[in-house]
Parts: sequence; C-alpha cells; structure tokens
Amino acid sequence: MDGMQRTPVMDALRGRELRIGPELRAIDGMKNWRLGHDDGVMWLALDCQDATVNTISEAELTELDGLLDRIEKERPKGVVILSAKTGGFAAGADIGQFRGMTEAGEVREKMARANRVTDRLAALPVPTLALIHGYCLGGGLEIALACDKRLAVGEVSLGFPEVRLGLIPGLGGVHRLTQLIDPVEAMTMMLTGKSAHTGKAKRLGLVDDAVPHRHARAAALALLEGEGGHERGLKARAMSSAPARMIAARQMRGRAEERAPKALYPAPHALIDLWEEHGDDPEALADAALHTFADLLTGEPAQNLIRVFFLREGLRARGEGDHGIGHVHVVGAGTMGGAIAAWAAREGFRVTLADLDTEALARAIGRATDLFDRKLYDSAARRDARDRLVADFRGNGVAHADLVIEAIAETAGAKTKLYAAIEPKMKAEAILATNTSAIPLADLRKGLKRPGQLLGLHFFNPVSAMELVEVVSDDKTDTSATHRAAAFVRAISRLPAPVRSAPGFLVNRILMPYLLEAVVMIDEGARPETIDAAAEAFGMAMGPAEVADRVGLDICEEVAGQLRKDLDSPLPDLPEWLQGKVRDGDLGAKSGNGIYKWDDDEPRKEEAGEVTDDMTDRLILPMVNMAAACLREGVVADADILDGAMVFAAGFAPVRGGPIHYARGRGMGEVKRRLAELGDRYGARFAPDPGLDALA
Amino acid sequence: MTRPVYLVDGARTPFLKARGKPGPFTPVDLAVQAGRPLLLRQPFAASSFDQVILGCVNVIADEMNPARVAALRLGLGADMPAYSVQINCGSGMLSIDLAFRTIENGRAEMILAGGTEALSHAPLVLRQEAAEWFGEFAGAKGAWERTKALADLRPDFFKPVIGLERGLTDPITELNMGQTAEVLAQIFDISRREADQYALASHARLAKAQEDGTLEGEVLPVAARDGTLFDHDDGVRPDGTMEKLAGLKPAFEPPYGKVTAGNSSQITDGACWTILASEKAVEEHGLTPRARFVDSEWSALDPRIMGLGPVLCSTAVLRRQSLSREDVGLWEINEAFAAQVLACLAAWEEGAFCKDILGLDAPFGRIDHDRLNVDGGAIALGHPVGTSGNRIVLHLANAMKARGASKGIATECIGGGQGGAMLLEAV
Repeated sequence: MDGMQRTPVMDALRGRELRIGPELRAIDGMKNWRLGHDDGVMWLALDCQDATVNTISEAELTELDGLLDRIEKERPKGVVILSAKTGGFAAGADIGQFRGMTEAGEVREKMARANRVTDRLAALPVPTLALIHGYCLGGGLEIALACDKRLAVGEVSLGFPEVRLGLIPGLGGVHRLTQLIDPVEAMTMMLTGKSAHTGKAKRLGLVDDAVPHRHARAAALALLEGEGGHERGLKARAMSSAPARMIAARQMRGRAEERAPKALYPAPHALIDLWEEHGDDPEALADAALHTFADLLTGEPAQNLIRVFFLREGLRARGEGDHGIGHVHVVGAGTMGGAIAAWAAREGFRVTLADLDTEALARAIGRATDLFDRKLYDSAARRDARDRLVADFRGNGVAHADLVIEAIAETAGAKTKLYAAIEPKMKAEAILATNTSAIPLADLRKGLKRPGQLLGLHFFNPVSAMELVEVVSDDKTDTSATHRAAAFVRAISRLPAPVRSAPGFLVNRILMPYLLEAVVMIDEGARPETIDAAAEAFGMAMGPAEVADRVGLDICEEVAGQLRKDLDSPLPDLPEWLQGKVRDGDLGAKSGNGIYKWDDDEPRKEEAGEVTDDMTDRLILPMVNMAAACLREGVVADADILDGAMVFAAGFAPVRGGPIHYARGRGMGEVKRRLAELGDRYGARFAPDPGLDALA
Repeated sequence: MTRPVYLVDGARTPFLKARGKPGPFTPVDLAVQAGRPLLLRQPFAASSFDQVILGCVNVIADEMNPARVAALRLGLGADMPAYSVQINCGSGMLSIDLAFRTIENGRAEMILAGGTEALSHAPLVLRQEAAEWFGEFAGAKGAWERTKALADLRPDFFKPVIGLERGLTDPITELNMGQTAEVLAQIFDISRREADQYALASHARLAKAQEDGTLEGEVLPVAARDGTLFDHDDGVRPDGTMEKLAGLKPAFEPPYGKVTAGNSSQITDGACWTILASEKAVEEHGLTPRARFVDSEWSALDPRIMGLGPVLCSTAVLRRQSLSREDVGLWEINEAFAAQVLACLAAWEEGAFCKDILGLDAPFGRIDHDRLNVDGGAIALGHPVGTSGNRIVLHLANAMKARGASKGIATECIGGGQGGAMLLEAV
C-alpha cells in the first residue's frame, strides 16, 4: 500500500505540494464557488457545498452565470477555472436531478437554461482556461470544453460516461468535443464512455498541456497568454466532411449494434445519427442534441440505467466504514483463490497466497502477473503489485493476516479441517471468510473457537470483471465482522451485497432456474444459439447456455442438486444427456466441449433461429419468481440489493433495472398470470411464489 | 560497550544456475524473493529493523543502492535506512560483519543483513573505444559533424565485452580468478585428480542435503513472475562421476591447466538474508537465537594468490580468541575453486608457512573433511558472488545446530586478494 511507503514527513508537506495558484476566498451569496486573484488573472474554483466531489447541477451553473457577469464587468487578463476538491475537477452532472423525469419538454427547457451558461462561458471576451486534476467527467468536462484551453495537472482522467446511463452529453459536449479533436476519436469516447488518461488526453488534444502540480501556475499563465496549445490536425478536419461522416457513421453503427443493440440501447445510435447529420454545423448539432438528450432521458432505458447507477451507489454504501485490514491471507491457489489474491494485491493490499501444491501456487503467480499487466498501467505499479502478492509456500501469512479468505475444495470436511489448523494461528480480531458458493456457514462453524468471525465472501468468476461480492452471514456471525468484510469488498473496488446464509445464497439461486430452463428447452429440441439470442435480446449480458458452459456443467449439476435438496422452490429435472456430458468430461468452456464446442474461451455458435413467444418469459420469469422467494425468506434485505446483485454478478439486463424492478414494471398481476399460464403448459415449476404478492 | 549479538534467523532463494541469458530475477528481485517469506515467519512487524545492509557486487543501473530499493520493496517502511556494501566475494559477509559490530556497539538492536547477486544479469559492456566514439557521436552537432563521426565507426565496436568476464578478472594482475587458482595449484602441488575428487564430493553432499531435508527452512521456494517454480539449487549434479569430470577441458589455461568448469564454482543467481539481533531485541520480540557472533577478521594479500585469504583471516580470529583448529567443530570455506580450497588446507599443514606467515609455533594441521563444507559448497551450489558470504554464515549456524557443534568458522577468499572470516558460537 502507498501508506507503507510514506512517512510523517511527506504527510506534513503534502498540503504544500499540491497547492496551486492564489489563495481562494468564499464569495458573497455563493455556495459552490471560490475566488482568487493572481497578477490580474481571476481564479474560479468549483467547490460544491457539503460534498467531497464536485457534481454539476443547476445551482452550480446559476452561480457560474453570476460570475460571468462579474468577469464581463471586471475584464480580468484571463480566467482560470479549477476545482477546490482534492479528488478531481468534477465527477459529472448530478444524476439525482434526472431521476424520474418524464416530460421531454421540461427536460429541454432545463437543459437549454444550462446550455446558455456554458455558451456564455465559451463566448467570453477574455481568455479562459480549465485547470484539470483528477477526474473530469461528463458535465465537468463540458465546462472545461467551454473554456478556450485546458491544462492537465498531475494524473487526469477525462471522459463522457453518459452513454452508460443511456444518455448523451447534454451541456454542449457533443458539438464541442467533435469540433475540438479528431471527430472519430471524439465519437469513440462518447460511444464507449471510456475515459482518456493523461497521456492519451494530451495526444488527442483534449488538453493543451500536462504538467505536475508544481508547474501548474506557470503553465496556466503561459497558456492564457497564448503560448502553446493544441492544433487540430488535417485528418480531424477531413473527417468532418459529410461523405467522410457517412462512411464513419456506418462503421460506428455496426460496432454499436454489436455491443449495444439499438432496440435496447438507443443512446449510441442516436448520437451517431446526430453527428452524421449535423457534424459540420455546431449550432444545429447543439440544438438537435438538446432534443435527443430530452427524449433519451425520459425514455425507459435511460431511467433504468440511471436506476442501476443508484443501485451501484447503494451497494457501495453498504461498504462504508473501517475494514481495519492491511494483510489478506488467501488459502487455495485455484482459479478463484488465485484471482481473489491477485485482485486484492492489485487494489493495494498486502496478500499472501498459500497452497500445498507448490506448482499450482507458482502458476497462480503467473496468472496474477498477467492480470497486473492488463489492469495496471505503469511498470512501477505492476512491480508494487507483484511485490505485494507473496507466494506463501509455508502458509506463514496466516499469522499476520487481518482477513483470511479460504478458497479450497467445496467439501465441508476439508474446510473445517483447514479451519482447525489455521484458527489457532490467526490474530484474535482477524476475520475468517469462506468463498464457498453452496455450503451453509452453520456447517463450517463447528469447532471454531471464535465462531462469530466466520462469514462468507462469495466472489464471482472472473473476479476482475464481476463487480459483485456476496457478503454472507447468519445470526451467529458478529455484525462488526460483516461490516468490516463489506468495507473490505468496497476497498477492493467491488460491490458488497449482504446476504443471509441460505442454500445457493442469492445470485446462484436466482440464476439457476435460468440455466436449467435453457437445458430443458434444449431437451425439447430448441437450439442453444436461439435460446441465448432470446435472452440477449431481452438484455441479458450472456445467454443461459453460454453461462452454463462457462460456469461448468459439473458445477451446474452439483449446485442444482444441492438446491433441489435444500429448497422448497421447485426446479426442473436435469435431462439424462446433461448428466452424460458431465460423466464424459464434457464440462463446458474449461474442457473445450459442453453445450457448445469452445475455441480459445469462445463458444462456436451457429446462426440463431426464430425466438418463439414463450422462450423469453420461460427464461426470465422463473428468475423473478425465485427472486420473490428470496425476498420472502429474507435472504436479502430489500429489492434494491437484490436487483443490484443480479445486475452486477449475473449480468441481468441492466436496461431492465433488475428482476424485481422489471416485474413491477410489467405488473405483478400480469407476471403471476403469465407464470400460471407457463405452469399449465410446461410444468409446476412455474407456480407463482407467494412472495410475488408482497411486491405488488 | 560490547554486547552479545545473535543470528536469529535467515533464509535464501534457491541458487539458480545462469543458463546463457538473463535469469528471471534482478538482484533486488532476488532479495525481495528471499526476504518476503523470511519476514513472514517472524513474530515482529517488518518495520522493526533499525537498518538494512545488503552486499551486491554487480549492481544494475535500475537498482542503485540495492539495499534501499529492496528495503522499500519489502515494505520495511520509507523511514528505513539502508546501504549496500561491496568487497567482491565477501560482500554478503561484510554486511553481516557490519551489522554485528553495529549492534555490538549499541547503535542498533536488530538489522537485516543480506547478499544478492544476479550474475546472469551482468551487463554487456561497450569497449572503451566504442564508448568514446559513442560520446563523440552523441555530442556531434549538425549533419556534417555527425557524418564525420559516423565514418569513424568500426565494426569491432559492436563486439561487446562481457561485463562478467571483466568482473572476474583481477584488474592489477590481469589474471582471471580461475588463473589465480591455477597459481595456487602450482604452489601447493594440487593435482587435477584431487581437485575433481573434491568437486565430486561437494555435489554428493549437496544432493544428500537436498534429499534429506537438511536445507528445509534455509532454502525457500520462489515463483517467477511467469509462474515458474524454483524450489532447489539447480546447479547440483547428483549423477556426476570422476570420468565425467576428467573429461572436461581446462577452462582458463588450456591445454595444461587443472581448473575446469567442473571443479570451479558455478555462475549463479541468488540472494540470502540473515537477521541479527541484540539481547534486548531477542527478549522484546520473543526470538530464538541460533548462534552468537564471537569475532570476525578481514585480511589481505597479493591478488595473484587471493585464494589463500581464508587462511590468514581465520587464523587471526582463532589466535585472538586463543582457540586451536580442534576447537572449531565446523568450517565453511567458500568453494571458489576446488584447487583453491585444497591449497588453503595444504598451507595450514605446512610448518614453515604456519610459522613464517601465521606466526604459529606448530603447524595448524589438517582440517578434517568431515568438518568442512559438510552440506556441499559453491562448486555444487554456485557462487553468486555478493551472496555467498551471507549464505555460508547462515548455513554454518544451521549446520552447527543440526550437528551440535559448539564453534564454527565461515570464511571466504575474495577477488583482489582478501579474505574474511566469522567465528560463531552455539547458544
């Protein structure tokens, strides 16, 4: 961890190291901006009241409007706009203000008012500069783009994540970015939502210069006086012509359709239309963007994606508080254990990884190196991560650990035997977490001296991609241990979902009917490609046949068997052919053969067939049904945790806002009616769960 | 003020034979690999040391002051003073000696002292004339000057000098280290057969130690970043025979020389750390001392016969402590070359040499082979030059414990004409 390499000396000097520009004072009558003067240049610092990060809403813009009056009157030599927050310039628009807006006309009016302020900023008769540090996203970047120049200070990250919320930039970002830099690069940024870090931002011309804090003032003044700056290249100008736009737009549409089909995600497609049509007329583009923004925002996809944004925030909030964890000890260097250890090391924790199989342990280090190479961006960071992750051949790390994560074979006997061996060596306050996906905590707790310290941290595969971690507890688990574990999950940039120790916990239990119903359909003669296409058209990140293969047919069989034994909720029977595949070792992606044939971790899929009427509901509604059962049984505290967990762990269609939200939108009466109908047609497993009534 | 100083623990990486290209670890990588598991088995926090001393001969450009780089990468804290030491083959022992004396004098309670070397990473060096040419070319201004400079470029500038070869050549006498062993073989009449026999025994002893778990806890496995596991000293040749050794050509002075690749130490990468602690630190952290440091000595002599260094410094230590050969239960004499170790033994047996040079009334006597390098030495293990001195002290302490020896000496010859020795006592 960075903290390990810091002494009080640097801590004491840090404030001075990061100081830029003149002293900033509060402004009479304003809550969100501070002001300073330096040699005739006015410095305006955004400093959102009662917040640790800046977000842009009407209040900030109204005050900025007042400041623009003052600038026009005072006529300073130049204006520097910066942020008073340590984390960054601004995180984007305040998304809360957009929640539940249904009137497109109202949105247009609100956004037109906001745009008048950024347009005024852009038209100021004095030179303006945005001094950017840290994050500068969405609405924050749009304010920066309305300045004449931009200066990156320290490490920066600039981007337009709007598309992830089903939106497009609404404060003039569309026309300003496509005018400022190569329009294809600009469109790519807005279409993917990916941020440009310091080096790329400079290369693209998003910023005119990039300097460390210590040279920020000198560089800002030089840029204001007209020295240096980015010139738009020949290619960028050529790409703005109508024929070039047409060709580029066609390519963009193809790629967008692949990643985000228009039927589910209209925003990227609308953005491409806008640029193709008005790419050479900024005024027309600005005006059309306003209309598009309003239409998108009031549509269902954007509102659901905004909901998912808040679901994420809600889950993250479950991890507030201190974890008190510096050293993590992971036992078991298999796929999951190795990946958990590597991820925790990447995120700054000191990690020891133990396994009796020394070769397997070494191989896990090899996989960790690959992860660091992919997910860390400079050689020093990679080296530090490698140094933090220790191959612990003797298992000595357990004595130093604040958190021990067990990820060994899924048998209660092996686990309890391990616990008996390691618990005496553990620190008194250390947490013991199991990554089991099926075994109830009660079965594992026997014999522990400190039974309250045992809980579950259930990660999903692949750990580096799946954001959710189930934090599993029961009434014997100490609440403080659960809180610390959740805080740890948040500290490694994952989302904690507190769930009760019940068969299959939450996610696997809800997902299982989805996978099994697909198996039944294949048994009935449907092609897996068609089934997957039906699910994906609904918005699922991955069709059930492919998920089953990726999870492993053996695991599916085992979990299904376990669930059928432990649950009242009915599950379909496994067809003989599936059990045969498992017997023959055709387990899915890992063996190269399963429901699909696999090449290089990709299934070989034929063209999908016609999706029949019942197919989608047969896949989706059993998940809704099982979700209702989980809520009824109290596996999870509320529907938002459940919906968030399903989106972030299982790729449940984000654009539907989660299974419960989807069912509510469709109407619980209609869901029950439809389940009953499917039950008549396909079997009792569709019987509506009594929990559905409570959700109406 | 002098206080007792203990060796409380230590560990090393497996020694990895250089195989014609840079190995998987740099010197500091090796030090980190050896240090992390050693620290993990300590009951105290990694920040508890007062300083870090690391021996390293071939420092690479990315890791100047490897001690400090290693200390930071090991997470010992940004406020951990750390310095590197270099006295060629004695570097890893010098770090221990400095730690010993610093604690003895009361200026520190606990020190991490190590040695590291990645001989497979020894740089390719530009020839002197090539370096001069490059300097001129880089400084040339304008196309004309540059063209003129280019014209002076000679093909042989691209023939690199292997840095390692230069590093193992004495700069004063311009004798390669292997040649200094040839000199000793001549002076003390060591035969090729004797040298080969000694080498064969070194491999057999290491193979046995690897087999029976003697090195358990001293050699800790490491995983390279690509996922390769290294769990033992891989230069060992358990299946060697006298015939095979006899078939090797002299490596340094063909065709008549006696020193071959088979009876010399190997070119190897590896790192080793030892933890030295005062009485106070032992009590504070609840540590178990393995041995006590009694005395140490450094001596120097003609670079041409650097291999005799151990005879001078070891004898000096024993005389100062009023001890005789018989009092020393175990010896670790670093095996730079079989002929060199055998020359040391021969010198101790010569009455005239002992009287005139060592000031002994009677010959020092023959060191019993059963007390010498009992678990093999650098001929089988390899000789990462900055590390070996550290390794032999650590292994001496472990071997004394295993065999119940009350006193032991670890000593080494040092390129350039020096020798270092440390006397340990059982606790």
